[in-house]
Amino acid sequence: MNAPLTMKDYETDQEVRWCPGCGDYAILKTLHKFMPTLGLPRENSVFISGIGCSSRFPYYMNTYGFHTIHGRAPSLATGVKLANPELDVWVVTGDGDGLSIGGNHMLHVLRRNVDLQILLFNNEIYGLTKGQYSPTSKVGTRSPSTPDGSVDRPLDPCSFALGAGAQFVARSIDTEMKHLTEMLGRSHSHKGASFLEILQNCPVYNDGIFEQVKNKKTAADSRVVLQNGEPMLFGKELDKGIRLNTSLLQLEVVTLGEEGVTLADILVHDESNKVLAQMLAGMHGPDFPEPVGVIFCADVSGYIEDVYAQRIKVREARPPADMNALLRSGHTWQVE
Amino acid sequence: MSVVEEVSVAAAQARMLEGVVVRFAGDSGDGMQLTGNNFTEATALYGNDLATFPDFPAEIRAPAGATFGVSAFQIYFGSDDVTTAGDAVDVLVAMNPAALITNLKDLVDGGLIVVDADAFTDKNMQRAGYKANPLEDGSLDAYRLLSIDISKRVLDTVKPFGLSHKFGLRCKNMWTLGLTMWLFDRSRDAAIAGLRKKFAKMPDIAEANVAAINAGHAFGETTELPAGIEIYKVPRAQVPPGLYRNITGSEALAYGLLAGGQLAELPIVFASYPITPASSLLHTLSGQKHFEVVTFQAEDEIAAVCAAIGASFAGSLGITSSSGPGISLKAEAISLACAVELPLVIVNTQRGGPSTGLPTKTEQSDLFQAIYGRHADTPLPVIATSTCSDCFDVAIEAVRLATKYRTPVIILSDGYLANASEPWQLPDFNDYEGFPVVHATEVEGFSPADRDPDTLARVWAKPGTPGLEHRIGGIERDAVTGDISYDAENHQKMTLMRQAKIDGIARDIPLQTVDQGNTTGKLAVVGWGSTYGVIHQAVKRARQLNMDVSHIHIRYMWPMPANLGELLKGFDEVLIPEMNTGQLIDILRAEYVIDAKGLSKVSGQPFKIREIEAAIKAQMESKS
Repeated sequence: MNAPLTMKDYETDQEVRWCPGCGDYAILKTLHKFMPTLGLPRENSVFISGIGCSSRFPYYMNTYGFHTIHGRAPSLATGVKLANPELDVWVVTGDGDGLSIGGNHMLHVLRRNVDLQILLFNNEIYGLTKGQYSPTSKVGTRSPSTPDGSVDRPLDPCSFALGAGAQFVARSIDTEMKHLTEMLGRSHSHKGASFLEILQNCPVYNDGIFEQVKNKKTAADSRVVLQNGEPMLFGKELDKGIRLNTSLLQLEVVTLGEEGVTLADILVHDESNKVLAQMLAGMHGPDFPEPVGVIFCADVSGYIEDVYAQRIKVREARPPADMNALLRSGHTWQVE
Repeated sequence: MSVVEEVSVAAAQARMLEGVVVRFAGDSGDGMQLTGNNFTEATALYGNDLATFPDFPAEIRAPAGATFGVSAFQIYFGSDDVTTAGDAVDVLVAMNPAALITNLKDLVDGGLIVVDADAFTDKNMQRAGYKANPLEDGSLDAYRLLSIDISKRVLDTVKPFGLSHKFGLRCKNMWTLGLTMWLFDRSRDAAIAGLRKKFAKMPDIAEANVAAINAGHAFGETTELPAGIEIYKVPRAQVPPGLYRNITGSEALAYGLLAGGQLAELPIVFASYPITPASSLLHTLSGQKHFEVVTFQAEDEIAAVCAAIGASFAGSLGITSSSGPGISLKAEAISLACAVELPLVIVNTQRGGPSTGLPTKTEQSDLFQAIYGRHADTPLPVIATSTCSDCFDVAIEAVRLATKYRTPVIILSDGYLANASEPWQLPDFNDYEGFPVVHATEVEGFSPADRDPDTLARVWAKPGTPGLEHRIGGIERDAVTGDISYDAENHQKMTLMRQAKIDGIARDIPLQTVDQGNTTGKLAVVGWGSTYGVIHQAVKRARQLNMDVSHIHIRYMWPMPANLGELLKGFDEVLIPEMNTGQLIDILRAEYVIDAKGLSKVSGQPFKIREIEAAIKAQMESKS
């Protein structure tokens, strides 16, 4: 029996080429630590990426890896899984790669529920092309292509994923190793496509965009950590919570003890509730805390297993493949 | 005068014919393709050599009676060496005025017209553009006209089956089929069996259609027809003995891909996006799940090619398929496959372009795209299919080259070949030599940049293999380690190496042969793709007139056979007929600095034999 794999086994000899202070380093380190805990043979893991800073990821993971073309990683990954369903396939993408040029593929890979772990590093900016605004940039983002501020409204990754029919949607933060590790574990154990948005800081072109959520001083008031079956409480004293205003059919922030609010008024998180998930995915600051954790998780069969199940059924009903028989199918005639 | 025309003139007097061209034409909802296919099957079973050409509009159900909604199916059957669907039509079956007016120009003088007189209503004639009734105003005097009240007769025939007026009239095509079967002494058995199978769950519909076939046939037998209309006999063709079936190019290509997978001992992932006229490949392969093939209808053309590349990365053979516009969308990903050196087969079933162009019509205008249509220096093998049955062998060859050289390979077919059919003498698959792929497993000294010293093919190590974990990608790769490299000299070296790998394939393909005629001489007619049949006949006729003409048909469009340049230089003149504005001619001029004359046709219709024959004669006369 071989010795259990360690973090070192997942590191490559390649020089990591992200900018100093990039959030990608933290995510890479977390993955290096996380992968051995799965206890899987290293050769069965495949990391597939598109183009962008995040998409350099496969070069730094000592597994099988494929750095492909802009936006198309979900399609390549679908092909890998169709060819070999036994492989453990990860897609690493960014907000530009996965939601702009590759938005169509992201939609369909989620709709089909292809058994992949999709890690979307969201830094709300194009890094590799030197700082243009991205489809997740907030309105007013000043960038080389929007010197007077962007005017188009951003897309919300988790809402998009839910709208596309994703059966697993979660959110975490680049530097929160413990939480990120937990989310990676949940993503991995989910059958079908798991969509994990990771808020990631770009220190060069969009520094501090998630500061409110990440900073120790402000984090507790700026984010709510979702836990299945638990009330959605947040704040330093865990005295604030999310309540459903049933007359307006929308979420609101309330404080325990104020205006008669008690713990019973606070919404309890239910990962299997899609309506709730959609409300949570669309919940953003500054008026609301940012949700992190598993927003939605449903157990339905995945595309790849369904494809192979259908194939087995067809094969049971037909004689074995025979090329000569195929060529001779239909009407044939003998010329003497 | 062409042989076909001679036959047609003879048709007016004699019962024995060497060959006949029949065209069924009607509304796109009239079931002309089904009628044609049934007649084809009966003709194949009878023992004639044959070729067919379905010609249908892009509209699925155009307004009834509209000229742009006319759907036609042409079959040429004869007793000798049939390689085209025929130039001119001897018998035109026209189900309405629109079908008559749009097809009459192709009918030979003295040709037979069968029409449904009931369809010649004022409304239909007006819609077709007739000012007076052509059945009555003498405008069809140059032809023999068989005007029958088909609709009325069909409705009477199917009355006992309780069909509505609408469903009853749908049996018109089968009535007409029955009459045509009588005219050419074909057996109705296969068609009747087919109908009973097709409508097994609707026995009334099945029996109504069977009754319609029988009624049409009986009409021919019992009615006193105008002078000169009688049963025609087309003797059985003298074809090599063996087992035959009728096959379309699309079916043969699909079977060839499956066969290639078996010979390479690789499972196939076939990923495609629907597009006319390429979709039938996806349909055929989706029904073959008992073979080692997984089919994937992707969300778009790009996803399709990318899934295929992903499958090849995982160790299967990825195949994608489209037509010109879709191939444009796949171009970036094909270049990725060139860069990372993975096998990939890309099928282009060409159609009239640019853009949506003529989606249901044929053209060969994607040759430049196939050879040159990518960013950067990305040479790859391109091979073309020339006949329906040739599609089988070309598909196998594409798989062989893709897997042996770890490269994308483009197969050029076209809308004509995809839909046309011909009898195919069935090969024994056991006679095909395998080319099994061996994936890397040796850990010691492994580098993803390793390559075979002879073929220059890169090593293929598939995920799941212990110890061979590695990364590949679109960033230039170091020639030794495979790691990313921005080194100037390395990029020069890698670019030249990729070029040399593809160039080297010229050593692994057969030398160019001459299909007909001498290997040197006055004139070589050089073709590629689906023009094979017409060039073959045109050169044959010219040679019968003692002209010194040869036919050379190229399968390997890139790299080209090693002897092609020398072979062409052995002829005084070179004539290149193409269904584009002159793409092969440019390539041959560039590669071999030879002079050549082009013959271009871009009407969406295949060449006619006489068009090529005329060009040959003109060329010969200008030099004599």
